[in-house]
Amino acid sequence: MEKSNPNVYMMQGNTACAEGAIAAGCRFFAGYPITPSTEIAEVLAYRLPQVGGNFIQMEDEIAAMGAVIGASLGGVKAMTATSGPGFSLKQENIGFAAMAEIPVVVVDVQRGGPSTGLPTHVSQSDMMQARWGTHGDHGIIALCPSTVRETYDLTIRAFNLSEQFRTPVLLMTDEIIAHLNEKIELPEPSTIKIINRQKPTVPPEKYVPYAMTDTDIPPMANFGEGYRYHVTGLAHDETGFPTNDPAKIEEQLLRINRKIERYRDEIVEVEEFATEKMEVLVIAYGATARSAKKAVQLARENGRRAGLLKLKTIWPFPEKEIAQLAQKVSRIVVPELNLGQIAHEVEWATCRALPVVRVNRINGEPITPHEILQAIVG
Amino acid sequence: MDYLYYLRQSKMPHIWCDGCGHGIVLKSLLRVIDKLGWDKNDVAVVSGIGCSSRTPGYVDFNTLHTTHGRALAFATGLKIAKPQLHVIVVTGDGDAVAIGGNHFIHAARRNIDISVIIYNNYIYGMTGGQVSPTTPTMKKATTTPFGNPDAPFDISRLAAAAGAAYVARTTVYHYARMDLYIEQALTKKGFSVVEVLSPCPTSYGKLNKLGNGVDMLMYQKENTVSLEKAAQLTPEELENKIVVGVFVDKEQADYQEHYQKVVQKSHNV
Repeated sequence: MEKSNPNVYMMQGNTACAEGAIAAGCRFFAGYPITPSTEIAEVLAYRLPQVGGNFIQMEDEIAAMGAVIGASLGGVKAMTATSGPGFSLKQENIGFAAMAEIPVVVVDVQRGGPSTGLPTHVSQSDMMQARWGTHGDHGIIALCPSTVRETYDLTIRAFNLSEQFRTPVLLMTDEIIAHLNEKIELPEPSTIKIINRQKPTVPPEKYVPYAMTDTDIPPMANFGEGYRYHVTGLAHDETGFPTNDPAKIEEQLLRINRKIERYRDEIVEVEEFATEKMEVLVIAYGATARSAKKAVQLARENGRRAGLLKLKTIWPFPEKEIAQLAQKVSRIVVPELNLGQIAHEVEWATCRALPVVRVNRINGEPITPHEILQAIVG
Repeated sequence: MDYLYYLRQSKMPHIWCDGCGHGIVLKSLLRVIDKLGWDKNDVAVVSGIGCSSRTPGYVDFNTLHTTHGRALAFATGLKIAKPQLHVIVVTGDGDAVAIGGNHFIHAARRNIDISVIIYNNYIYGMTGGQVSPTTPTMKKATTTPFGNPDAPFDISRLAAAAGAAYVARTTVYHYARMDLYIEQALTKKGFSVVEVLSPCPTSYGKLNKLGNGVDMLMYQKENTVSLEKAAQLTPEELENKIVVGVFVDKEQADYQEHYQKVVQKSHNV
């Protein structure tokens, strides 16, 4: 049957991620099979060769992470996808990408942990690993979709942010969103905003790869394009070569933290639902945001003035947006599929000025709207 | 030839100790690149962590000093993204076949068009002399103070078994042979490996009372046996001998040739 609108599909979250990556200009994917992320690799194994890209299944998660960094340094937008155990394995090389400022996108389709945990069941327990999983202090960007369409959009955004800020960007999806089939209408390709890394405009002999620029984001030369320079995970100075000079080390490390923090208003994306005249604020993200939205609807229908703040950006943390809304309410409810990783951040963002009620689950089952409603009612 | 043309002179002096063989390997690599007439912009040198892996910092190419053991993973992505680059991985015994062993055998299996130069000094030099996967049995290291109970890897035979298109072993003493093998490796389509035995008098030599750098070079001179001659000798006669030569040199489709077929098929669906 002919579709009335050719841009409308029934699509799975993982497929939307793969298609979003292609729309964003991703032309290299390296991965390793792991449930519940595997469909991303399977779709891209099929699609990338069709669009002039490369797909490679590497020997392990560590290799996949290394390969995407290498490809990005060669000038090709690159992504890998994994789940908890693989996300743990990738951490050292995620740190390398942060330190050497190589744009890459890492998708973590969250499943139950710790360890092998619950391969086929949902979880949101990698939120802190996303922030602090690799050693050392560094800025990071992590996004969190709660619909199939958002998975598509935020995958594109992940590439744009990684290119703009020369940083690894983590797309923190979960088993529910990844395997959810939803009707979506994809945007016209011409309407999609694409950001590409800023390349140097100076001649090679004047190129300083880690220059302290006004923007804190130095232009990036791709390998093999006439700018011969050195890339290392060692502490380095503006030239990219290793240094033991404390002032130079600090200057660079503070910059890779600052380059995310100073643009946090541009990066942070949240969505409000029914936040007018509210008494209780629910803060949720990912699959749990769907239950939370329903809970808020039910609460309103029952005369309870509840509202929802959905976090689409997790890191940098939307503490400013949370603090503003917190002034309007007497209580905050944070449902999440972990033992309070983001609730703790909410308490910090609100200086513990009001109660933050946790609704947690770590057994692989989702949190239902009624459970959140109970917490709203109190 | 002008070695300085290829060196980042401001990064000298290098970190390698007196008597270390690594500089001899570096010089050979530069001689070969010069002979081949490759443009510096078209060469990428990728390494992991360790003494040998500091090589990229000293050479004026596109240089990438990655995480420990992962040079081949990064190099694989780089080669696929920029196929016109000559991608050369420089690595040590620990980096290549301990922490990076999985990447090493799979890069060989995949036959991706990358050349690997392994500076094998039987020891973790940078961290001060710990046992490596090529330290001979019962030899000493700081973590095997009473002798190494493990058996060593034969890197060249490992690479051959895993499917590399070109594999050769030599020593830094045999520098002319090293030039020849590195040239053959760099011009080989597919995955090529040159294992160069490089003395570490500071750690391995000292712990095993093998003398200074010159003494260790003389040991290489006097105990090297060609592959052809080795075939005539018994295992007892080969004990403590260094078997050198070209282990593999074959023509076979590389990763990218196969991937082109994938691309063609993907357009026919």
